[in-house]
Amino acid sequence: MSPTVRLQEMIRVIRSARTQGEERGVIQKECATIRAQFRQADNGGRSHNLAKLLYVHMLGYPAHFGQMECVRLIASPRYNEKRVGYLGAMMLLDENQDASLLITNSIKNDLSHSSPYVQSLALCTLACMGSSEMCRDLAPEIDRLLRNSSSYIKKKATLCAVHMVRKVPELGELFTPAARSLLAEKNHGVLHGAVILITELCERNTQTLVQFREVVPELVHIMRGLVTSGYSPEHTVAGISDPFLQVATNTDSSKTAGSAVLYETVLTVMDIKSESGLRVLAVNILGRFLLNNDRNIRYISMTSLQKIVITDHNAVQRHRGTIVDCLKDQDASLSLALVSSINIRSMMKELLLFLSTCPPELKSHAASGIFNAAESIALCSAGGDVRDETVPNLIQLITSASQLHCYTVHKLYRALVGDISQ
Amino acid sequence: MIKAILIFNNHGKPRLSKFYEHYSEDTEQQIIRETFHLVSKRDENVCNFLEGGMLIGGSENKLIYRHYATLYFVFCVDSSESELGILDLIQVFVETLDKCFENVCELDLIFHVDKVHNILAEMVMGGMVLETNMNEIITHVDAQNKMEKSEAGIAGAPARAVSAVKNMNLPEMPRNINIGDISIKVPNLPSFK
Repeated sequence: MSPTVRLQEMIRVIRSARTQGEERGVIQKECATIRAQFRQADNGGRSHNLAKLLYVHMLGYPAHFGQMECVRLIASPRYNEKRVGYLGAMMLLDENQDASLLITNSIKNDLSHSSPYVQSLALCTLACMGSSEMCRDLAPEIDRLLRNSSSYIKKKATLCAVHMVRKVPELGELFTPAARSLLAEKNHGVLHGAVILITELCERNTQTLVQFREVVPELVHIMRGLVTSGYSPEHTVAGISDPFLQVATNTDSSKTAGSAVLYETVLTVMDIKSESGLRVLAVNILGRFLLNNDRNIRYISMTSLQKIVITDHNAVQRHRGTIVDCLKDQDASLSLALVSSINIRSMMKELLLFLSTCPPELKSHAASGIFNAAESIALCSAGGDVRDETVPNLIQLITSASQLHCYTVHKLYRALVGDISQ
Repeated sequence: MIKAILIFNNHGKPRLSKFYEHYSEDTEQQIIRETFHLVSKRDENVCNFLEGGMLIGGSENKLIYRHYATLYFVFCVDSSESELGILDLIQVFVETLDKCFENVCELDLIFHVDKVHNILAEMVMGGMVLETNMNEIITHVDAQNKMEKSEAGIAGAPARAVSAVKNMNLPEMPRNINIGDISIKVPNLPSFK
């Protein structure tokens, strides 16, 4: 019988258990049967036993006795059995287990298998749980696949190479030439993987970074090509400002993917030494995001604006009104933080209104935010204005938020010390 | 890098758990419980991003989730991933599941968790996004399923026949069939030359 039917039977039995105790009993019985069957020499139903064990493992029950069975199934010539074996290896084996070394040879053979799907099973497992020794052993194989295979396999081999470089940084040198040539690929999946690989290589080794600087015009050229063909890539690439202007003006942000691209462009523009016109454009895009209906987009634009306001204060000022409007939003904790860092004085009235209507948990945040802002204004006269308006609210607050007590007393004392006449 | 992909229902029962970093079995279960605890408290109209729990790396990592009917799809990622991009990826994942299972529901995920793993393996590999084009993913998943079926084909035929007969609803066979007396006349066939 096919592995799925037997697995479904067991799942049905487990689900019919009415209590946790009953479920545990059923599972223990099943595991005992599976364990006994694993010990038998040749068994037609090996793959379905392992599938059942993996299900039980997901629910949180011990399944370590299945490790050797994974090794056996991976070595099987049948695709069915290999598939479950590799899945088991990813879930049950890790570099601390001795069994993981035993599958190295099987992986090596499968990497040269005639079927691309068997190759992909091996690549996937290696990228998921490959230990340093395994990576060192199999790196030449991966390098070979990076240069000479279908785009389906190249895509997977590239990500596998990224994993290897993370585990064994010295392998970076081995993969650098292949990574360079991958940029000539047309397939988007492969390009995406290539960019990740190059990023990883550059992060590990500054010399590689210098090497890849020469590649920047090529990357920009690819981006330009992608923009004109109307595709939405997800590359964050350091380049010259021109392509970003194109991407920023030509990308349709009505779908999430489009917004994601715009957002990444904004981040890149702010990261590199762009000219001020481009930076203003980037901040304006963020401001536009604040008006978006999707709260996720509002959230990320606010987190970015928080970081930007430190450097590009004036550009963010323009969007003050929108930010204050966001205070009315239910999830307003972020906009509060943002509000307190830009010029508060002119917005005192709105803020006080907000204080009186906002939910109690936010009151302490709001009050401390306002205090911080008042502090940063520094001038006594400004502080005086602020204090007059906030006194009645403060009294109300203090009675409702005991954590603020010591903070407010401290603040009042300092204010008094600074200006005795009040 | 994506650290983990979790699917659980409204009661916290795991429907799929895939970790791209090594944790002990106990820690994995604790992470699932902690994530459920964090995500289930969220209101319907707040944004879909929140900071990761302590076990999975704290504020360095983010939980990006989507709630569909009875299931939570949670991706735990570090700061190198684009939040909106991952949100889009969850959407693509669910749409792919919908195409592969035809109007997917929680029961499909429960009884075919191995298939869900296979689909996920075409989208995310080693914690990195592999493919986001739905047609590409489905083409390869279908090809692999075909390979599995053709292998099980010859060996599985008798077993499948048995289960097919078991599942057939045969009407009650009458015990006694009284045909009566039939006399059949055999035609006189010419001899074959």
